Parts: sequence; C-alpha cells; structure tokens
Amino acid sequence: MSTRIYVPCDSGALSLGAEKVAHAIALEAAKRGIAIDLVRNGSRGLFWLEPMVEVSTANGRIAYGPVSPSEVAGLFNADFLNGGKHALNLGLTEEIPYLKNQERLTNARVGITDPVSLEDYIAHDGYRGLKNALKLAPAEIVKQVTDSGLRGRGGAAFPTGIKWNTVLNTQDEQKYIVCNADEGDSGTFSDRMIMEGDPFVLIEGMTIAGLAVGANRGYIYLRVEYPHAYRNLNAAIAAAKQAGYLGQDICGSGKAFELEVRLGAGAYVCGEETALLESLEGKRGLVRFKPPLPAIKGLFGKPTVINNVISLASVPIILDRGGEYYRDFGMGRSRGTLPIQLAGNIKRPGLIEKAFGVTLREVLYDYGGGSATGRPIRAVQVGGPLGAFMPESQFDTPLDYEAFAALWAVLGHGGIVVFDDSVDMAHMARYAMEFCAEESCGKCTPCRIGSTRGVEVMDKIINNQERAENIKLLRDLSDTLLNASLCALGGMTPYPVLSALNHFPGDFGAEK
Amino acid sequence: MSQPDWGKSAVAAVIDSLKDEPGALLPILHGIQDALGYIPSGSVPVIAEALNLSRAEVHGVITFYHYFRETPPGKHTVHLCRAESCQSMNSEALHAHAKSKLGIDFHQTTQDGDFSLEPVYCLGLCSCSPAIAIDGEVYGRVSSERFDEILNEVRSPA
Ligand SMILES: Cc1cc2nc3c(=O)[nH]c(=O)nc-3n(C[C@H](O)[C@H](O)[C@H](O)COP(=O)(O)O)c2cc1C
Ligand code: SF4
Ligand code: FES
Repeated sequence: MSTRIYVPCDSGALSLGAEKVAHAIALEAAKRGIAIDLVRNGSRGLFWLEPMVEVSTANGRIAYGPVSPSEVAGLFNADFLNGGKHALNLGLTEEIPYLKNQERLTNARVGITDPVSLEDYIAHDGYRGLKNALKLAPAEIVKQVTDSGLRGRGGAAFPTGIKWNTVLNTQDEQKYIVCNADEGDSGTFSDRMIMEGDPFVLIEGMTIAGLAVGANRGYIYLRVEYPHAYRNLNAAIAAAKQAGYLGQDICGSGKAFELEVRLGAGAYVCGEETALLESLEGKRGLVRFKPPLPAIKGLFGKPTVINNVISLASVPIILDRGGEYYRDFGMGRSRGTLPIQLAGNIKRPGLIEKAFGVTLREVLYDYGGGSATGRPIRAVQVGGPLGAFMPESQFDTPLDYEAFAALWAVLGHGGIVVFDDSVDMAHMARYAMEFCAEESCGKCTPCRIGSTRGVEVMDKIINNQERAENIKLLRDLSDTLLNASLCALGGMTPYPVLSALNHFPGDFGAEK
Repeated sequence: MSQPDWGKSAVAAVIDSLKDEPGALLPILHGIQDALGYIPSGSVPVIAEALNLSRAEVHGVITFYHYFRETPPGKHTVHLCRAESCQSMNSEALHAHAKSKLGIDFHQTTQDGDFSLEPVYCLGLCSCSPAIAIDGEVYGRVSSERFDEILNEVRSPA
C-alpha cells in the first residue's frame, strides 16, 4: 500500500515554497521507486512550521516542518514515510499544543482533507447540515441559526438569524444569497483559508441559507487578490454541481440553488455590503444610503442575505449539531468560536480557532510566543485597518465583542497584527489616514476630503510643525469623520488614529 | 496568435460571451484584462454599446477600481503589500530595495518592459509577512536578498 503524504496547497504554504517541496517529494519517491499518494491539503494554520509535510501512519498523521526542498532526500533517508526520527519531526500533528488547544468547529476539516475532493468532504461529516436542513421548514432552519447565537464575522457582529428572518419574511419570487469574500482587512486570512482549504463548507452554508430564506441563487464576491481561492472554489462548485448538491434539484428535493463566483477588482470599500452589491451589479463601488436594508432591497433590488465567509461556513455545523451545541461555546453575547488570525511581528503566527473569551495575552504569548524579533510587543491592532491599536495594559481583555467595545476597540473579523517596540505610532496614524484617502468611495465629504486633510495634519505633527495646534486639528477632524460619515471606512478611521494618539502620545511629540 | 491593432477581436469575443450575464461589466473588464493585460481605450465604446451604458459610465468603473489598468503592463507585474501586518515586519525597507533595484516607483514599468510595480493592500499572507505576489504567484517572508533571487527566477525560469 502506498503511503499518503500531505503537502499543503494553501497560498500561505505556497508562499514559503510548498510547491517545490511537493515536487521534490514526488521526484525523490520516483527515484527510489516508492509508491506514494501525494495529497494537497489545506494548511493547519501553523505558519511558522510551513511548509509542513504530514505522513499518514498507523498511529495517526505525523508532521515534519518547516521543510525545504533540500531536506527532502534526508527525510526519505530517515524513513519519514514511517514517521522516522528527524530534526524536523514534530510528532503527531493533532498533539501539537497550538492545534490541540483549539476548538475547531468552522475549521474542522481545514488542513485535514483534500479541499476539492467531495468524497473527502463527505467522509469528514460534510453535507450533514444540509441533509438536516432539507428535512426542516425554512423558519426552523432560521431558528437553529438564531438559537446558535451566531453573529456576523465580517466585522459588525450583527445576529445572523435576525438578518435571515427579515429576508425570509420579505416576499419576492427572486431572492439572493451573497457571500462577502472581499477580506480586505490587513491581518486577516481566515476567509482565504476556508475557501482554499475547505470550499465545500462555504458552499454548503450558502445552500442552507438559500433553503432557509427561499433564495435559489448565490454569488460569492471574491477579492481578486485571491487567485488560489478562486480556483478551489470553482473546482468545488463544479464537483458539487456534478453530484447534485448544487443546481436545479438539490439532493432530489426539488429545490434549486445555483452558485457563482465573481471577482472584485482591488477596492477595499467593496467589502462594505452595499458597495459590494453595487459592484456585483457592475457599477462603481459606491456605498448606498440605508434604508432600505439589503435584506429588503439588495442585489438587483431583491431581498438579499449578505454574509461573511466565516458566518456562512459556520452554518453547516450549526445545522449538523444544533444551535445549542454551537451556543455552548463562548462568553456573554459572543457565542461560538472565532477563527483568530495572529499576524505581523509574532514568533508563531497562525490560525487559532477558539471559543470567545480567550485573552489577548494568551493569544500573543501562549500561542504566539512573543514577537518574531524577540523585542517587547508594544502594540497590537485588532480588527483590521479600522481597528484600534491596543497597548500592553489592555492585553488581558478577553476576545469578546462587548469587552472590546467597552475599551473603544473592535474585534472585527478577528485579525491581530502585532508590532514590536520599534513601531512609530504617529507613522501608523498617518498610514490610517492615507489608507482612508486612498480607499474612500468619495460619496461623502468628511471621508473624501477629511482623510486627505488628515494626512497633511499628520505630516505636520511628524515634522514638528505647530504640534499642539495640529493635534487639536486632528481630534476635530476625527470627530467629524466619526459623526458625519456614511459608512465605517470614514466613520472608523478615527479608531486607529485616536487610539494611537491616546495610548502613545509620546510618538506624537507630547511630553512624557 | 496575431492581434490586430489593440486587440479588437479579443475584446469582441469577451463581450460576446459575457454580455448577457447579470451585472456583466466587471466580468467583461476582467476578461479583457486577462486576455490583453489591460483595458485598451478603444474597448470602452464597444463595451458601452454592448451593455447600453454611456462611455463615461464605463470609464468611471474602470478608473474606480485599482486593479484595472489602462496601459499595458510589463512582462511581469510585481505586487508589494503595503498593509499593516507587512509593515510590522519592515516591508518599507523591502519596498525601498525593490524600487531601487528595479529603478522605478509604484505604478511604473521598467524601461526594458520586464517589470511593473504595483502596491497592494494585503494579500491575505499576513502570517508570512512581508509578502509579495508576482503574476499571481505568492512569496512570503521576503527579505531583500530573497527578493533579488525571486526576480532572477522569474526572469529566467528553471
Ligand atoms: C469599509 C468596509 C469594509 C468591509 N469589508 C468587509 C470584508 O472585506 N468582508 C466582510 O465580510 N465584511 C466587510 N465589511 C462588513 C460588511 O459591510 C457587512 O457588515 C458584512 O458583510 C455582513 O456580513 P456578516 O453579518 O456575516 O458579518 C466591511 C465594512 C466596511 C464599512
Ligand atoms: S465614509 Fe467614505 S467610503 Fe464610506 S460612504 Fe462615505 S466616502 Fe464612501
Ligand atoms: S498585510 Fe501584507 S499580506 Fe496582509
């Protein structure tokens, strides 16, 4: 029997050379006349160990990493096909503490299966949620999602069940399910890892959403920066369609759901749900006035569920295990799990799916192991470019929407970017303004003009020109942005700017 | 494959295959850029007519999105991530190096037409910062030395 070897096809692993490693392994096996079964899995999300190769043994999967092509021959010499001893041997994958201590619900299969194999998906509990959903009335499906306590993982944390209920109760012969796969926030990659590593779970979640609200058509709006996700999504959609899990008659139920991937074109604001809908309609990504809500008048003016990738990918396990099972994880009003993305200047970056309630400090030190450079961690930015910078004094905050809000911070999509003590926070505040100016859709003046003014004001502060006055100006500008912007791009740019100023005034030239 | 003038026939083929899709404009623009590397100005009136839009509307969409380009790119397009996670791993030094090595700034193409340089705001490789992409291939934890090696590999693939 040939040994099964796993080499990830996740783009993070590829960026560190996984393709060459896979090639070297195939070549070396052929040279030695050894039959192997090379599977390209997703990533387990332990990125400091990528490219991480796994071999299937009688005791379970054994990991080796980080592997470079030049070490492949040595691995064969060390009999790694039978889990042999080697400097890169990490032991049983599932026993690696970083992985073992997680609660992987949404990411249960990522890194384990072949992402585009429907067979593999089904063998690992795939499509059980859909099977259950097909036996339920639409309102009962919505109830499971409401009971789960799931809140939107795209940033705003709005209860998913309530949103679905609105669409369910809005009568129309045409409704849509739209997946927001624009994942523009720096420090985030969990949408990408799902789409590359387990695309069927997203497809299943969208299909269940369609059944729940009575929509027979879905679109995944995917950022163009994710070509690998595009390939895997399309391959998975084709396979699901072929097997009758998508199309005009889902699993013989007589219900239809068609699904298509559409590409964005490098505009951050198109992650905002109404700008995204405009873009899908073929227009500039200008934010719409609300009301009407997309749930009532969304894509092409029709009732539309728009949800983040992780929100939708969490639905299958909720329908499989029940809303209560999911709700039993978490704390307070933050129920279930959050795929935390640990990034930036950190020794052990990766994907950590945990129940809400773990503290920043645990994530940064127990999982992350401190900064990559070995210097003290000075600040973290949580929740993307519109998220606040948080100083060390706030590291004991639990990951919980309300606990973050109480500190004027945001959990957002769960990305954490770590900075060591070489960071200049005035520089980061300037960048936040510059990013807003660059990405503004231009619909409202405070954001369009105010952000450009903000860059000028930051330049003056950095160049020590009339600092006190300019800091006052910066606060006034931020006030205007906070209060007079149509969407959170303008409305939340003050979060990184003011948090940098308030927590690190020394970097803005204030006396200590 | 011969392409008369600005790729008129390629543009026509793309429009033809996509114009009846709902919200067809972005898929058409992607199709054209995939085929030709950019959106030639000559294609604007053709798209406008096929979709029943004004030229100004089509042009407005092209210029709204950072990804669409109106000039031909170099043989290879290098995308450097400018976003926060990469900044925390000193992407600014890498960008300075890349710009001086290629002798161009963002949005420019080298004289020999080999490389175009574009900024990008996050590649989703923040756990492997600093990250770059060249022609859709991704590279993580890129040092200045590694950048030079990658350029060589791209120039003359093994
Ligand atoms: C400027 C801006 C960018 C956004 N980008 C994204 C994004 O990339 N992905 C996402 O899911 N939500 C993004 N959002 C949030 C969406 O507007 C919306 O809340 C989300 O798609 C709803 O889905 P959810 O309830 O499942 O989170 C963004 C919002 C703003 C204001
Ligand atoms: S705040 Fe900025 S991005 Fe949002 S609608 Fe206004 S101009 Fe557009
Ligand atoms: S910030 Fe550079 S890849 Fe995400």
